[in-house]
Parts: sequence; C-alpha cells; structure tokens
Amino acid sequence: MSEKTININIPVLARVEGEGALDLRIANNEIEHLRLRIFEPPRFFEKLLEAKHYSDVPDIVARICGICPVAYQMSAVSAFESLFALDPGEWVHRMRRLFYCGEWIESHALHIHLLAAPDFLGFENAADMSLHFPEQVKRGLRLQHAGNQILQFLGGRAVHPVGVKVGGFFHAPNLVQAKQLLGALQACLDDAQDLLVWLLSLDLPGEASDFTQVALKSEHSYDFIGRHLHTNLGFDCSIEDFATHFKETHETHSTALYSLLNSSDYLVGPLARLNLNHHLLPQPVKQLIQTYGFQLPNQNMFNSIIARGIELYFALAEAINILQNYEHTQYPSVNVKVKAGQAFGCSEAPRGILWHSYEIDDDGYVRHARIVPPTSQNQARMQADLQQGLTQFGLDRPENELRLHAEQIIRNYDPCISCATHFLNLNLARV
Amino acid sequence: MTKIKVAVHKFSSCDGCQLAFINMGEDLLTLAELVDIRHFAEAGMLDENAQVDIAFVEGSISTPTELARIKTIRENSRYLISIGACATSGGIQALRNLHTTNTWVEAIYAQPSYIETLDKVSAISEHVRVDFELWGCPVSSEQIIATLRGLLLGVTPKHSSEKVCMECKRAGNICTLVTQQIACLGPVTHAGCGAICPRMGRDCYACYGPANDANTAALSNRFAGFGLLPKQIAARFALFNNNHPLFKNIAHAVEEKKS
Repeated sequence: MSEKTININIPVLARVEGEGALDLRIANNEIEHLRLRIFEPPRFFEKLLEAKHYSDVPDIVARICGICPVAYQMSAVSAFESLFALDPGEWVHRMRRLFYCGEWIESHALHIHLLAAPDFLGFENAADMSLHFPEQVKRGLRLQHAGNQILQFLGGRAVHPVGVKVGGFFHAPNLVQAKQLLGALQACLDDAQDLLVWLLSLDLPGEASDFTQVALKSEHSYDFIGRHLHTNLGFDCSIEDFATHFKETHETHSTALYSLLNSSDYLVGPLARLNLNHHLLPQPVKQLIQTYGFQLPNQNMFNSIIARGIELYFALAEAINILQNYEHTQYPSVNVKVKAGQAFGCSEAPRGILWHSYEIDDDGYVRHARIVPPTSQNQARMQADLQQGLTQFGLDRPENELRLHAEQIIRNYDPCISCATHFLNLNLARV
Repeated sequence: MTKIKVAVHKFSSCDGCQLAFINMGEDLLTLAELVDIRHFAEAGMLDENAQVDIAFVEGSISTPTELARIKTIRENSRYLISIGACATSGGIQALRNLHTTNTWVEAIYAQPSYIETLDKVSAISEHVRVDFELWGCPVSSEQIIATLRGLLLGVTPKHSSEKVCMECKRAGNICTLVTQQIACLGPVTHAGCGAICPRMGRDCYACYGPANDANTAALSNRFAGFGLLPKQIAARFALFNNNHPLFKNIAHAVEEKKS
C-alpha cells in the first residue's frame, strides 16, 4: 500500500499568540490526520493586566497586536464605560467610528496587497508582484497609508496610537488638520473603487459551503462597537452572555485557545459581517455591490478578499462623510467615576469580533481579565475548512499545489499571525 | 555592485515594529530595490538562515526555541540591530518576570504541560552581541530609514542622548508636568517619537525607553510631590520598558521605601 505523508509547517500567526504549523497526513487519498498547530510564544496578557489601573489598560492591550491596536483599545474603553455607566457623547462616538475606519482601511489594504493577492497572481510576495502589477501594488500602499493617516490624526501615530482614554480622547484635532485629512481621503476614493473592481476580476477558487457566522448586531448602521451579537442561524445574545454560549478550549500543541459556539465552530470577520449586516451598509456602497453583481450572502471563503475590498470602500466613504461634518470640541472626553464590577466590551476588529471582560475593584484596578481575539475564534473553523477544502481541491494533486491551496485557505481568515502564514513548508514523504 | 543583504526577524512581540517597514508606503518598494531583503516572513520573503549584512530583530526572548534561533541569527549576520521595546528591554511581557510563570500558564491554558516558556523574558542583548539598538514601542519608519540609509553610505549609526523634553520644547508644546502636574516621563525618556503624547496634552509613558543618565529618582520625588502613592509611581515605570535596569530599579526602590 502506498502512502504519502505531507508535513506542512506554517509558522502561522495568530494575532497574539501565534506561530504555527499545519500537520497533514494523507493516506490512500484520504486525510488521515490534519492539525493546525499554533505555537507563537505566549505573552500572558490576561495576567499582565491584573493589578493594573483601568486607565493604563487601553495602552497595554494595544500591544497585543501591532496591526489592530485600535480594536483592542476600543473594546477596552467600551467595557469600562459600560460598567461606569458613562456616555462620552456624540463627538466621541463619531471620532471612534472614524478611528476604527482608519484601522479597517489600513489592515484590509495591508492584507489584500501584501499578504493575500500575491497568492492569486502567482508571486512569492508583494515586492515581486509589484514588478508586474506596479500600479495595483502602489494603489494598495496608498490606501494603507490613507488608513494610517486617520490613525495619526486622532492617535498621533499609526501603530500603538496614544490618543485614546476611557471617557474619550486626549485631544481634539483642529479644523485645519481635519480639512487636510479630508482632502487626502477624498483623493483615494477612486482608488478604493478601482481596487474593488480589480478584486472582482480576479479568478478566485473555492466553492460555497455551510458554516455558522457571528458578528455584532446593530439596528441602524454598519457598526464597529456594540453590545449584541447575532448569527446566521437566528441566534443572538448580549455580549454580557458571551461566555455562557462561547466556550474556549485548549488543544494540545497550541498556545491559542479554540473557541466554540454551542460546541460548533464558527466564522468571524469581514465575510461574516457582510453576510449578516450588509443590509445596514450605506446606499452608495450597496449600489456599488449591486452594480458589479456581487451576491450576498456569500458562502465561499475565497471571496473574503472581496469582502475586505467592500469594507475598505465602505470605511473610506464613511470616514469622508464623518470628516465633512467635523467640528472641533473643547471637551474631547468626559470625567470618569469608577465603579466596581464586571466590565464587558466588544468590537469588530478587522478580523472579527474581539471580546473583552474585566473584573474591576473599587479603586479601578483590574482583578481579572479575559480577552477572546478573533483568530482564536476562527481557529476551529480554519481547521474544518482545511479538511473540507483540501479534499474538494483533490488530495492527489502535486504537493506544491496542495501546499499553496492550504496556505490560501488559511490566509482567507487573515489570521493575525500573519507573519507566519507565509512560511508554509511542505515535506512530502512517500512510503 | 552586489546589494546589501537584509533580514527582518520576529521573536515574542506584537509585530508592530515590523510595520515600520510595511507602513513605509512606496518607500517600501524603493527599499526592496536598494537592498536584497532575504528574510522577512510577514512580507513573504523566507530564508531564515540566510547570511546577511544587516539583521533587524523584533521581539524578546521568551522560549527555548527563541534562544536557539537568536544565536544562529547572530552567527549569520554581520550587523545586528534590535528594534523596539521588546527586543531592547524585554517589552511589556517582561512583567511576568516578577511572577512565577508556571502558575500563569496554569491559569490560562488547560493543558499547561504543552506550553514551553523560559522563566524570564529578556532582551536580545542579554544573549548575543547587539551592534545597534533602535528604541520605541513601536519604532518608526523614519528611524529605520535613517539607520539603513546611514549604513548604506558607510556611516555608523549614533545614539542620541536627547530626551523627549527637548523635542517637546522645540515643538512648542505646553509642559504637562509643570502646568498640569501630570506624571509625565518625558524628562527620563529617549527622544525619537516627536513628543506625541505631550502634544496631545497627556503624559509621556516612556515607550522609547530610559534616556542615558536619566534621573529617575528625582522625577519620582517630583511625582510624590504631586500626591502620587508609591504604588502609582512604581506603575509609571512598569510598562513597556519595565525590564530595563533603570526602570526596574526605580520601581523597586519606590515600593521598598513605602514599607
């Protein structure tokens, strides 16, 4: 009996705790063993936060992820403000929305151009791709820069911005700065539309499959921060009840925890958000989707790159809209009155829902913290998708094709150990 | 002429310092033309064991595997630059050095025997010779470009002994420490960020690490004068560069004095 053994090592990534590998063993044209392993060194953030003052938390949790620090800051401030029964007011809510738009634009542009697109066009990396597709890559870098400019506007810098505090922002930018930023963003809107058209023209593999999806639930707009979750199965719950329904388990050989909803794997992130919330998109974005004939809901994970393109366009248009009505304020934050108790916060990081929970004492110090990032939520789904996707693809294919397909399946999720996703080594042993 | 070979390596970190490369915009494409980037996993270049002229190292050493990796990288690199707070001082995760890690592993992971870590989180320079350090949490694209441009021209990079206060004064900011009695760490912190925190009217939290001859004791006394408790003063130093001897010692000294 012949058997071929394929070992795929993906120092994958996973947001915070994540270098990883994929173990794949195929025997008699069937997957005998498949395991996505994550072994990024653990950094123990939940313990590091204990005994820290709530006011230090937004700056500390930002350091969990250099690509989505805003998501960490927003989930944290939202948790504390909810516990302290604090409403920071309209100006702050609008600016947080703008801030979050910046992070989606930056992160989605980075993922589309530097991490995902080279796969579909047959290049090792974006630098090689830029030799053949210079305009597309430059356009991507311009869009990424546009997102970063929004982050700098409110946060002083794009990575680990310093403008956020519980109760609002430290500082309100002036009208001249707002006008400059508005001009820069308006100059990129055509880029965002061209990008979407280009993404829709790519020859993407994959087929529709059935899986559970989870996103924040809102009433009136496509939101970044919220208090309720819903799924495509009609289930919904408040973020306070998250831990009752979503259970994390620790699999051996992984430093990221697996999260399951009522014992089932599930998807979070751009495709899940679009599928569940596309009816809330502004009319011009809906129009654009319709014009180019992109069907929603969409169950092909390979269309995630298109979902990111749609969200990027939405976020840019939304940022422009917010800045067109920008007003300076003398009061970019409200005073905080500490209250002891359990704080819950959740927001839509570029890669999906990011849930925080903190137990706070009378003096505002953290007693206990728990953070569930999107990548650990997607981990079980990624594994199931690999199992199904590789089988559909054909297990008798040459090893380099199998490896690339496995890498692509993983990259569809934009796992936040992005560094690792490019290291897939495939060792094929035939017995 | 053959191009200078460059590698970017990641250890325990948030990946934020690598973004100083990835966020360069079109300069990133120029950089890819100027130098031969042999290894930079996040950007898709893979050759971990390549012999290079310049290696940039992000992140701290926290596992046995990382310890072995950094030694090999040192052997393969002519000039090694550590970038960011994790690589230069251990980063925020070095806070665990004050605790027993085993109990932490057990608190987070259901199957702790599969989690492999070293007892202490440490800076790159504690294990191998480091030729130059770039401070910051995170470092900026400007720092990377200036260092690399200098090296390409044959100029050895030089450390500035300037503190955040100097950049802050030049920027014309109103001093948060003097006017608002906020516990700003600008007087003891490496310059390089552009004084972005005081510019927003908030305290510097020393993400660029302690400056040379920083007088942390005098600053702590000043904070005590503002009414901060020893616990609060120590907490100021126990953030992103907590493991640097200057900050570790002052945090310890302040807490000791209390008892």
